Amino acid sequence: MTCGKVVKSVFILCLILIPIFIWMIVWNGPVRYLPYYLPCPEIFSMKLQYAEEKPVQLFPQLFYPQPRSLDQKYTKFVGPFLESAEKFFMKGYRVNYYIFTNNPQVIPRVQLQPDRSLSIVPIKKYSHWQETSMRRMEVINRHIAEVSHQEVNYLFCLDIDMVFHNPWGVETLGEMVAAIHSGYYNVPRSQFPYERRSSSAAFIPDSQGDFYYAGAVFGGLVKQVYEFTRACHMTILADKANGIMATWQEESHLNRHFFSHKPSKLLSPEYVWDDTKPKPPEVRLIRFSTVDKNHKEIRD
Amino acid sequence: MQIRKVHMLLVILMAGIIVYFGIPHIIQTSCQLAGQADLDETFSVLPRMSYPQPFVDKPQRTDVLLMSPWLAPIVWEGTFNRDILNAQYRQKNLIVGVATFAVKKYVRFTEGFLSSANKFFLSGHRVNFYIFTDHPEKIPLMKLAPEKRLFIIPIQNYSRWQDISMNRMDIISSHIHSHWRYEVDYLYSMDIDVQLFEHIGVEIIDTLVGTISSWQYTKPRENNSYERRPESQATIPSGEGDFYYAASFYGGSVSEVYKLTTACFKGVTEDRANGIEAKWHEESHLNKYLLYHKPTRLLSPEYYWDEELIRPHIVKVKRLSSVRKDLKEVRF
Repeated sequence: MTCGKVVKSVFILCLILIPIFIWMIVWNGPVRYLPYYLPCPEIFSMKLQYAEEKPVQLFPQLFYPQPRSLDQKYTKFVGPFLESAEKFFMKGYRVNYYIFTNNPQVIPRVQLQPDRSLSIVPIKKYSHWQETSMRRMEVINRHIAEVSHQEVNYLFCLDIDMVFHNPWGVETLGEMVAAIHSGYYNVPRSQFPYERRSSSAAFIPDSQGDFYYAGAVFGGLVKQVYEFTRACHMTILADKANGIMATWQEESHLNRHFFSHKPSKLLSPEYVWDDTKPKPPEVRLIRFSTVDKNHKEIRD
Repeated sequence: MQIRKVHMLLVILMAGIIVYFGIPHIIQTSCQLAGQADLDETFSVLPRMSYPQPFVDKPQRTDVLLMSPWLAPIVWEGTFNRDILNAQYRQKNLIVGVATFAVKKYVRFTEGFLSSANKFFLSGHRVNFYIFTDHPEKIPLMKLAPEKRLFIIPIQNYSRWQDISMNRMDIISSHIHSHWRYEVDYLYSMDIDVQLFEHIGVEIIDTLVGTISSWQYTKPRENNSYERRPESQATIPSGEGDFYYAASFYGGSVSEVYKLTTACFKGVTEDRANGIEAKWHEESHLNKYLLYHKPTRLLSPEYYWDEELIRPHIVKVKRLSSVRKDLKEVRF
């Protein structure tokens, strides 16, 4: 090939490449890459594009989905949960239910109102119920990255073994929402069941702490929940690497994170009540509470 | 084809363009660690602090309303811990702007305002004071704290003091559009004839903030000084109204204040076209706006106390108060 032909071909190549590059920049806008998880043989690392700006959806088209982690025996709680949610949860607004389970066939078919949808997300079953409980953070995080961030604006993560008794509405929406545990709202902080061993990443010393938050209810804007679950999962993995498991599993890690990154909105114990406790006068309405169950039978 | 210098130059030029556009993307794709650090920064941790535990069943104030019906907190002394708020605020690296107007005889209040604001307003945080005046030479030169800056902006004055007051909205709105949206994150509008006596800190920072008027916080809504004539754009029908907000101190994020001032000034101009002036001028328009665009945070009357009133028990602290003056003399 003569020099002339080389130059000409480079010329044409350049002419083609330049518009491609310009198009790439203009089309994609600012690109942010999500970081890897901690290196661990069980979890593969994920690298995704996550667009900063999302179109804001106006009322009443806000989606409020609920990821629910389910083990085999917990599937019997789905029916009552969904039926009560249809009656009381965000009535009149668009809701996506995401039920995470290792046994998709057993999920009962519940009649949903129009503008509501149900997705069943299969997950792995772990040998210990504590492991399943703690893996919730990772599972929710991954689901947001893959699916939810495109489908919803707000995300609530709720325990399945509970039932709605009274309306739960848009007063609960906020950037980052936590609920105060019904068992510890009027005790001094030294009695909170925080993780007290300093070798754990969820450690909170005696003299510190605002409230004891319940692990059964948390939520907020999808982006905030993504960052929160990622941070919790990191600390859970750190504990795993050190061979320690926090007192109340992911609830301890949740409390640790809400202590250093304070939630923007708190829900009173009305929103996460324990049915075995008698109702005190200051709790005027119980909106969401546990279903009586035999723990031994369910968990193992 | 003969190779000429022109061809070589052209090839080099194109290669340069490709490098200029392509390299940043290539770098981004290979730099996951940078991304990790980026996310870590946005999720930075609060420092360890020691403070008394908040108890759910023991509210610090039982004599006042702490939250509006739309869950906007009402800021009273004793309800917040400024250390925690400061720790959260410092992570965000924000700049606050304060817009104030010293027109005609009101220039004399500048020194008192600036010296007290320098000491008590968001002390330790970055604040830009923007003083609009028709006599820039009369603004005294003052030494401000290192993180505070002063900008003096000349404007024209109007013959009627009501017009000066109402045009503030327009001036703020246009300045946000031209400059402030690039310079500050939060913007507050304050009257110049005030002085600060107590610290006003980051508890005022929120998306849309209104101050409850010290004159009218106990009145039922029918007796409030809302504009009631239906011909005015600022009219609020009877049976409606939450609080009566003072126009002497309001603010919020730059975009929200822009929307507020644009809407209020639009109401003012439409009223002028119809030959009507609202009862309390731009304050009436502000009240109308904040009724239908609820503020996300409310400041108690501690944050703007009128000098002429006797302070009741519930207002434990007088943070910002108007300066004693002879209204007739200073306005005309």
